[in-house]
Amino acid sequence: MGRYVARRLLQMIPVFIGTTLLIFLMVHVLPGDPIRAMWGEKAADPAQVASLRHEFGLDQSLPKQYLDYMVDLFQGNFGKTFGGRPVSEEMSMAFPVTLRLAAVALTIEIIVGIGLGAWAGLRAGRAADTGVLIFTLIVISMPVFVLGYLARFIFADELGWLPPNVQDSMNLQQLLLPGFVLAMLSMAYVARLTRTTFAENLRADYMRTALAKGLPRRRIVGVHLLRNSLIPVVTFLGTDVGALVGGAVVTEGIFNVQGVGNLLFKALGQREGTTIVGVVTIFVLVILLINLLVDLLYAVLDPRIRYA
Amino acid sequence: MTTIEKTTSATARVGEDDDGTPLLEVRDLHVEFHTRDGVAKAVNGVNYSVRAGETLAVLGESGSGKSVTAQAIMGILDMPPGKIPQGQILFRGEDMLTMAGEERRKIRGRKIAMIFQDALSALNPVLSVGYQLGEMFRVHQGLSKKEAKAKAIELMDRVRIPAAKERVSDYPHQFSGGMRQRIMIAMAMALEPDLIIADEPTTALDVTVQAQVMDLLAELQREYHMGLILITHDLGVVADVADKIAVMYAGRIVETAPVHELYKRPAHPYTRGLLDSIPRLDRKGQELYAIKGLPPNLLKIPTGCAFNPRCPKAEDICRTDVPALVPVTEQDGTELPGRGSACHFWKETLHG
Amino acid sequence: MPDMTKSQSGGTAVDTAVDAVAPPTAVDTAAPGAASQGKPRSLWGDAWFELRHRPLFWVSAVLLVLLLAVAAFPGMFTSADPRNGDLTNHFLTKPELTHFFQADWFGYDGQGRSIYARVIYGTRASIMVGVGVTAVVTLFGGLLGMAAGYFGGWIDSIISRIVDIFFGLPFLLGSMVVLNAFTERKVYVVIAALAFLGWTTIARVMRSSVITAKQADYVTAARALGAGTGRILFRHVLPNALAPTIVVATISLGAYISAEATLSFLGLGLADPTISWGIDISDAKDAIRDNPHVMLFPAGMLSLTVFAFITLGDAVRDALDPKLR
Repeated sequence: MGRYVARRLLQMIPVFIGTTLLIFLMVHVLPGDPIRAMWGEKAADPAQVASLRHEFGLDQSLPKQYLDYMVDLFQGNFGKTFGGRPVSEEMSMAFPVTLRLAAVALTIEIIVGIGLGAWAGLRAGRAADTGVLIFTLIVISMPVFVLGYLARFIFADELGWLPPNVQDSMNLQQLLLPGFVLAMLSMAYVARLTRTTFAENLRADYMRTALAKGLPRRRIVGVHLLRNSLIPVVTFLGTDVGALVGGAVVTEGIFNVQGVGNLLFKALGQREGTTIVGVVTIFVLVILLINLLVDLLYAVLDPRIRYA
Repeated sequence: MTTIEKTTSATARVGEDDDGTPLLEVRDLHVEFHTRDGVAKAVNGVNYSVRAGETLAVLGESGSGKSVTAQAIMGILDMPPGKIPQGQILFRGEDMLTMAGEERRKIRGRKIAMIFQDALSALNPVLSVGYQLGEMFRVHQGLSKKEAKAKAIELMDRVRIPAAKERVSDYPHQFSGGMRQRIMIAMAMALEPDLIIADEPTTALDVTVQAQVMDLLAELQREYHMGLILITHDLGVVADVADKIAVMYAGRIVETAPVHELYKRPAHPYTRGLLDSIPRLDRKGQELYAIKGLPPNLLKIPTGCAFNPRCPKAEDICRTDVPALVPVTEQDGTELPGRGSACHFWKETLHG
Repeated sequence: MPDMTKSQSGGTAVDTAVDAVAPPTAVDTAAPGAASQGKPRSLWGDAWFELRHRPLFWVSAVLLVLLLAVAAFPGMFTSADPRNGDLTNHFLTKPELTHFFQADWFGYDGQGRSIYARVIYGTRASIMVGVGVTAVVTLFGGLLGMAAGYFGGWIDSIISRIVDIFFGLPFLLGSMVVLNAFTERKVYVVIAALAFLGWTTIARVMRSSVITAKQADYVTAARALGAGTGRILFRHVLPNALAPTIVVATISLGAYISAEATLSFLGLGLADPTISWGIDISDAKDAIRDNPHVMLFPAGMLSLTVFAFITLGDAVRDALDPKLR
């Protein structure tokens, strides 16, 4: 197991370098000059532009810029924003907020998603199953921002049950609505996946054995069926982090959550490359690590998988 | 009847042997599957019975309804699409089909246990064999986790799995095919049931391992004086272990007989065909006999005798009248106990 | 190496639907012994039988035909002008739900434009982006995935690593960064940006189903009989590996439409004068409290379109997967 983890970590390095290079290139090679953009429509002072370019290292060749960036990165230096604040400082403010939001979303996703999916899977082909199927289809069809405004309009503006904006990210009640919105899409997928694996595994031979052993239904479903059905769901949850990140940008915008999504969105508006690359780099790292974690969890859940 | 339920199995067994009620009796059982192509009639009026200590072999091709009958007895039929429109399954004289679900569950595993064909898929892949064996004791006898594990090791020893103590925490895929089947047998034996249904227990195994597993099964059966229903399509397996044989075709029993008599003198053309298709050394060089045609489509079972399109002896009556399973006698009318045939021309087949 | 082999799973909402898709290899007839007589049933024939008996398939099929017609000939569905509004008369007029197909059916937006006309004219951009991205991605990702799966070895290693790298980047996030660089965002720019980040999903699905199909006995048999690479690939492997790809492509199409709307909503996708539901929803967000209808209709139409594609893909997947029957 230890050797497997080490090998996986080593394999991550080229992917990590490749992905950060990709995002770096996307930010720096694509058209649009961030320094010029600071002046907007007005004419810029060429000398000032040049000095700013130099300050941010933008006058260097691209490979040099990337190398410098990576060297700094390994020393924990994410560079500075155009405003002069260290990017790492901005991120350390924003990341915990997003993390809390993601935690709320993930909890909702797991509890509601698996519950709903199991309920439908045990009734495969019946009205309850069709109901859940159509419900999840509708949820999946609604883009996050539609869902977000709809939820905000109904639960905050009209009913007044929950606050429309998040002022204090430590307040769980305030995070409930954005967390719910962020969770909805993945929750629908979790529900469908759980439903499918439940319905499929119900027909497995070992389920018949469990029945023949005279086990009570609670045990057949709760132990034999659930243990087998959770495996693909756990895999899904791991790979879903990327979607959660994308959804967070939109959700944070709608509910005014001061998290990474907002930070990134502001940076995009100002074409502030350092922050964009920094935030995405952290995201990539998190996604890679979570995928590793899921693979290891996979081995725990499924003894047939052995990592040498 | 509930009093019998509550007495210990040992005393019940003795009592039952004396009063002559069979352990299990299947009466006029029908099973059908409702599919999108129509109604598949898998079992069409099966009757058979097993006594304690007795081995009944149910013989037939795939699709003959032998496994479906077993699943109906076990109460593990998928319903829907399966349906039991009529029939009775009496366990110690009590119809299990009319029992409440919970009552029936308590019989499963404890009184009637089942051994499945493919142990790899029949065992839960993500639970250790120790857990799956111990589960029987935890659920039915309320043992603690620790006690159950000790019992599981004991069971594994019993079915002669080497190094049981070390292997109790292993998972099914870590065992060889023969060992896995032993685990299946151990699981079925766990609570010393009165009746075991073994559905093709050796089909998935190597020939050399087959014999070992069959011997083990026979030995345990003798020891615990259990009834055994052995479902197979392999005539070779049957000869050594079975007391009596029921041959099934298209959801019906076409012939019943004590094991050796069936081999000596079959009373149904289908049984004859089956016996003739066994390769024999003394007929080396000759072409191997095969029953012509295919097993019937259960959605459209032929009228009359279901075997008529494939039967070398078929005549007009075979295409119109369904032959009943009738007792078979010697030419002089002497009864042949335990023998029966569902052929219009059983006399010609038996004596001709 | 469990990371690539179990492959089909992903960072965007698109991919996740794939997990339940198994390459259909054999069709199981439910009735014991039923296969022996009667007409033999093929996988696609069976799938079509399944589809025809699914109400959701018909709902989505009818919706799609309607949407395609609207996208192709918007002028046939409304005579109102989607671009020029009449500020004095119609500022945020509520909908007249009985005025079917009239300019004021869905009311007017903040600039006095007919919401009905805008919803109708907005269809084209969404459908074009969805179909465009899917076409590019299926062709490009499909070919790469097929090459990786069929040839294996170093070709597979290189392609798989590139896929890994692109896959590490969250889909929506990546397209935001790419699109942010362009000031003039026409439909083809949005298509290019989404395809640039979206091709990995199809590549992974194609790769794994080609690997499965390649290992099938009939392929070995074909090779033993002397069939060439091209023949094996296009006659034997591809037809059997196609089903999961078709399903993922259909479901993805809906997800791309949703992504375009999200990006346009954020101001990073299509821009005026292109009419896009995403822009309209974004414009409506400040008015939602007093005039929810301004958001309701474009949002509803958008959801309906995504629903149609996802439901179609879903129905096809269920029909193709014998395990689910």
